[in-house]
Amino acid sequence: MGGYTGKVLRINLTEGKISTEPLNKELAKNYISGRGLAGKMFADEVPADVDALSPENKLFIASGALTGTNAPTSGRYMVVTKSPLNGVIASSNSGGQWGAHLKFAGYDMVILEGKAARPVYISISDDSVEIKDAAHVWGKDVYATTDILKQEFGDDKVKVLSIGPAGEKLSLISAVMNDLYRAAGRSGVGAVMGSKNVKAVLVRGTGKVENANADEMKNVLSATMAKLKENGVTGQGLPTYGTAVLVNIINESGIYPVNNFQESYDPDADLISGETMTANHLIKKDPCYRCPIACGRYSKWKGGEGAGPEYETVWVFGSNSGIHDFDAIHKANDLCNKYGLDTISVGATIAAGMELVQKGYIKQEELDGTPLEFGNADGMVEWVRKIAFAEGLGAKMALGSYRLAEIYGAPELSMSVKKLELPAYDPRGVQGQGLQFATSNRGGCHVRGYLISPEVIGMPEKLDRTVIEGKATWVKIFQDLTAVIDSLGLCLFSSFALGLSDYRALVNAVTGFNYTDEELLACGERIWNNERLHNLKVGYTAAEDTLPKRLLNDPIPEGPSKGQTIRLAELLPQYYIERGWSATGVPTPERLSSLGM
Amino acid sequence: MRVTVKLFATFREGRFKVEEKDLPDSSRVIDVLLPLNITPEEVAICLVNGRDVNEQHVLNDGDTIALFPPVGGG
Ligand code: SF4
Repeated sequence: MGGYTGKVLRINLTEGKISTEPLNKELAKNYISGRGLAGKMFADEVPADVDALSPENKLFIASGALTGTNAPTSGRYMVVTKSPLNGVIASSNSGGQWGAHLKFAGYDMVILEGKAARPVYISISDDSVEIKDAAHVWGKDVYATTDILKQEFGDDKVKVLSIGPAGEKLSLISAVMNDLYRAAGRSGVGAVMGSKNVKAVLVRGTGKVENANADEMKNVLSATMAKLKENGVTGQGLPTYGTAVLVNIINESGIYPVNNFQESYDPDADLISGETMTANHLIKKDPCYRCPIACGRYSKWKGGEGAGPEYETVWVFGSNSGIHDFDAIHKANDLCNKYGLDTISVGATIAAGMELVQKGYIKQEELDGTPLEFGNADGMVEWVRKIAFAEGLGAKMALGSYRLAEIYGAPELSMSVKKLELPAYDPRGVQGQGLQFATSNRGGCHVRGYLISPEVIGMPEKLDRTVIEGKATWVKIFQDLTAVIDSLGLCLFSSFALGLSDYRALVNAVTGFNYTDEELLACGERIWNNERLHNLKVGYTAAEDTLPKRLLNDPIPEGPSKGQTIRLAELLPQYYIERGWSATGVPTPERLSSLGM
Repeated sequence: MRVTVKLFATFREGRFKVEEKDLPDSSRVIDVLLPLNITPEEVAICLVNGRDVNEQHVLNDGDTIALFPPVGGG
């Protein structure tokens, strides 16, 4: 079996016990790896009612089946655990190099269980695995921690994954960082690692990941690489401008949220667009492992340089906070990387805070002199720091926008789904994406099914974003295919150029599993249903398949999509039928048994 | 009639970001593209007042036309 190392590393932190066990191949065939397999193992091993920040929760750091192979974009890994933000299966995806190196060291995944008595870090060097004291790096930021632990390890090739102060302080919007700038950002996974007293996981691998069928792989590789090169998005758009090229597209479509989703068009958006960033800030591209797309940016700003920012980050610290100061956006992004925070949730929480101040819920005296108002760039940057260190009102903001708004009696001002902050697309003007946001198992998230691709960008074909016909079918297919791509350990951006058959060809050449297209897509459906069943177990119902009140009830107030509304009430029943679920959104025994569940 | 033409990404190279154009009545998107040396095949997204249209779309006074090569994703 190529692709997989066949070995799982399990570390019980309470007992200080390190063990390895064989990967369950039968389960791997059905759930692939990464998000899928770790999600299934998580659901089987961890009772639904455990407290996410208790020792009973487990943290799976899992590579994909193709991670570390020579497949394009195969550098990804996922952090799978119970989310402290919303209680569902968090499966936060990150790129960079770390995931591939876990494979080179000989492991498909690492499982962290229990809780260490004092701060520790894990050092993996092929077969040698140690739990080491981390007292000297506890409290340090991600950049310093990476430097210190690299030196201590004594080999420059070691890859470092760590949390920052935000994860240590159990912020519910904290991230797990790797390779300095790459983030398993969403759902508060950094806090779970912090709750276990684990500061970092270092990995140095000298092995290689084998392909089951090397000759076949050669052909598949040249075909997929050619497609990625020829495709306008993966071959030109993303390499040239990075993801921030979306600023103008989404804005001109009138679905670009401004001031915490109070408006949906920003006349000044070009000041912070990908075009502007490329002209004035870009130093170089910063690709993940084996990625020919290289959307990653490395940029400069007044007084510094560093990675990013990505589209979502530009938007959330920019237009969604009423800000058009690129230096401030860069600084806020850099602080998030440094302190280990999710840029989307942090920016959206600050924007919610700005609206809470604007509407009089938060009083000036609570701000300790730091302005929290739309358009105030210096204030915004300082609030990122205050969130990281849970200072003053920052302690409430570190719990995410939903809890913040709820504390002040206005939960409707949190622009979130299932407590996870929404990304940069107004669902009222893009029906399929709106349905996807409402039904995404982990909450407000665009990378569980990127319907923007057909509905706005026109790939793989152009759909009218304003109609609902056929959208439930598209959403289901996109969600299932995305679950496959995630579990393979490939980047979702590859899917602008590659389709199901390409992924099937890749996974078959690597693993020798000989999936048909249908069988591979069924893995995605199984993964989706596993996550849904877990959501139901922790108490979510169809009532939470919804959107914030403002987006549900009010039409878009102005701009190119003025007057548009989301037709969620019509879309949801179609979606449940499409999924083979009951009218109340519960997977039926028939559908589950047809999936072998 | 007068329309606003906005260009994005590589379309800006050697051209402009935003310009007002005077056009004869019942002009189409293609009549905007040709003088700019942009072929319909190069256009991935053509928005008129935010709505996705093709090059045969008939323009009205006051329209805003936004033209993008293949770019997006994020
Ligand atoms: S497309 Fe961008 S995010 Fe995806 S693997 Fe490549 S560089 Fe990383």
